[in-house]
Amino acid sequence: MTWVNAIIQGVLTGGLYALFACGLSLMFGVMKVVNLAHGDLAVVAGYIAVGVITVTHIPVLWSFIIVVPVMAVLGYVLQRTLIQSSLDRGVLTTLIVTFGLSIVIENGLLQFFTANTRGIGSGLALVRDSFSLGPQIQIAYLLVVIFAVAVVVLLGLQYFLSASRYGRLIRAVADDKEAAQLSGADYRHVFGIAAALAFGTVALGGIAYGMYAQLDPTAGTDTILLFAFAAVVIGGLGSLWGTLLGGVVLGVAQQIGAQINISDEVLAGYLVFLAVLVLRPQGLASRRTQS
Amino acid sequence: MNLLTEPVARPAADLRVTRSRRSVAWTGAGALIVVVVLARMPYMVHSGTTAILAQAFIVLTLASMWNLLAGYAGLVSVGQQLFVGLGAYFVLILAIHGVSPFQALPMAAIGCGVAALPLWWLVSRLRSGYFAIATWVLASAAMLFIERFPSIGSGSGMPMPGLAGYGPVLLSAYTYWAALAVTVAALAAIYLLLRSKLGLALTAIRDDEVAARSSGVRVGLARLLVFVVAGVGCGAAGAVLAISQLQVQPSAVFNIQWTAEMAFATIIGGLGTIEGPILGTAVYMVLQQTLASYNAWYLIVLGLVAITVALFARRGLWGLADEHLHLRLFPVGYWLRD
Repeated sequence: MTWVNAIIQGVLTGGLYALFACGLSLMFGVMKVVNLAHGDLAVVAGYIAVGVITVTHIPVLWSFIIVVPVMAVLGYVLQRTLIQSSLDRGVLTTLIVTFGLSIVIENGLLQFFTANTRGIGSGLALVRDSFSLGPQIQIAYLLVVIFAVAVVVLLGLQYFLSASRYGRLIRAVADDKEAAQLSGADYRHVFGIAAALAFGTVALGGIAYGMYAQLDPTAGTDTILLFAFAAVVIGGLGSLWGTLLGGVVLGVAQQIGAQINISDEVLAGYLVFLAVLVLRPQGLASRRTQS
Repeated sequence: MNLLTEPVARPAADLRVTRSRRSVAWTGAGALIVVVVLARMPYMVHSGTTAILAQAFIVLTLASMWNLLAGYAGLVSVGQQLFVGLGAYFVLILAIHGVSPFQALPMAAIGCGVAALPLWWLVSRLRSGYFAIATWVLASAAMLFIERFPSIGSGSGMPMPGLAGYGPVLLSAYTYWAALAVTVAALAAIYLLLRSKLGLALTAIRDDEVAARSSGVRVGLARLLVFVVAGVGCGAAGAVLAISQLQVQPSAVFNIQWTAEMAFATIIGGLGTIEGPILGTAVYMVLQQTLASYNAWYLIVLGLVAITVALFARRGLWGLADEHLHLRLFPVGYWLRD
């Protein structure tokens, strides 16, 4: 029964990892940007949520109504300024600039908010409580909600990209930005929209992480960026639903690892990541080989 | 009408191909004097000063290796702390088995080079940005793996054995010389490497990977060699670090801070030149010493400067100086002159 429990918990944490990963995947798919500051920005979103809740006293769950637009605007602005100008100078510059941003954000958070951990809504029944399925299986309501949010976000993204006008523009620009430009699409603006979308998911990921675990300045890289990346690689580069599959596989691997030895939780996830890299570098969900 | 003019025929004797516009002899003599003076330092200054210099040598070695990776082979690794940590732990393990840490240092460096081979096989499957994060994951996984072993201190690390026999003055002098030797060897190796055929291949990759590939450069093999050399260099720096810190702690040696420092120092100094990391390390040390009492602020300032340089002065400080002076301390290219 403990193994069944581990698998159920793993699948549900996979939703959280998919929430981390879909923004990373989207940015790479559209702009060919690997944003090394991805996780730190999620932590920033979490800290903004903490601040918003403290100042305005709005209910914890509604904090996303403020944080998501704030992060989306930040995403648009960052894309139009820093990321676009580094993109114009090549892949190397993009990596250096986002890596620099990651280090600056992480150490900035350490300076201003210390290394103390912060939780979001730790007193809420939703965050605390769980229901039982059988004698040894306790499922936290929060994990179910996060998983549902991840599925809704992925459905929303898929619908937006395939059906809306901006979604079509984003796909056109991702396929061939020069051709899209010739047809009258301002690819810089479209990139900004895609970044706003990605940062919106980053905001949700940051808030969810703050409720699920504790926010601290180093969580952005140690946990969020690396787990997001592992989920993207396991699922398959450039596949939206692949991030959910990758997240679930990563989550299950971690929970099974934790069953064997509690300190092996994270390592077990990385071992599965490495195994996928060796045996199926194109990812589990992707059919075509990586060029 | 002929649109193309005939090239002006010139006798070949008029052109001379040299490594530098100026004579190499004086820079070579200068480098030798600098090394001799640096080697005499423990007799001339306090151990506090040599400790700071040793720290600068560690950063310079790391930055030079990162420059080889990113500046020449186009490999942006954000997981080089993997080799810093491995180097430190190889020294620790050898020291536990009775080898003197100073003798263990070269063995640890070679061990890191050997470890780089299977790691390359793993990470070379991914391109550019994903390669970068994959190296980071490897570093993180290696730290978690090492923390599983209580005999080498688990997560809290342990003091370096085999150093108690040295007096404090002698130990700090030996540590300094080890750091200096590693740096000189690293710079000499990179200099010779870049003057070799591999250097020509790497310079071609740096300037245009596709063009290099189509001219018959074996890009994959060149990158593998660079990854291994960088593994050896960062491992040696990690070994010196472990000796100078007198202890090894997983979260300290496998810290992303090492990659941040080597990358920022290289970018500020100038990517793709041997001189760049030297200048960048100097900037790093000045900032680090000035802001030492303000915790992590030096890293924040360094990061902001690196972002600015990457965007607005892509060839770094050395590139700015080079535009006006055409100076080469380490002539690895060629000049044509009449």
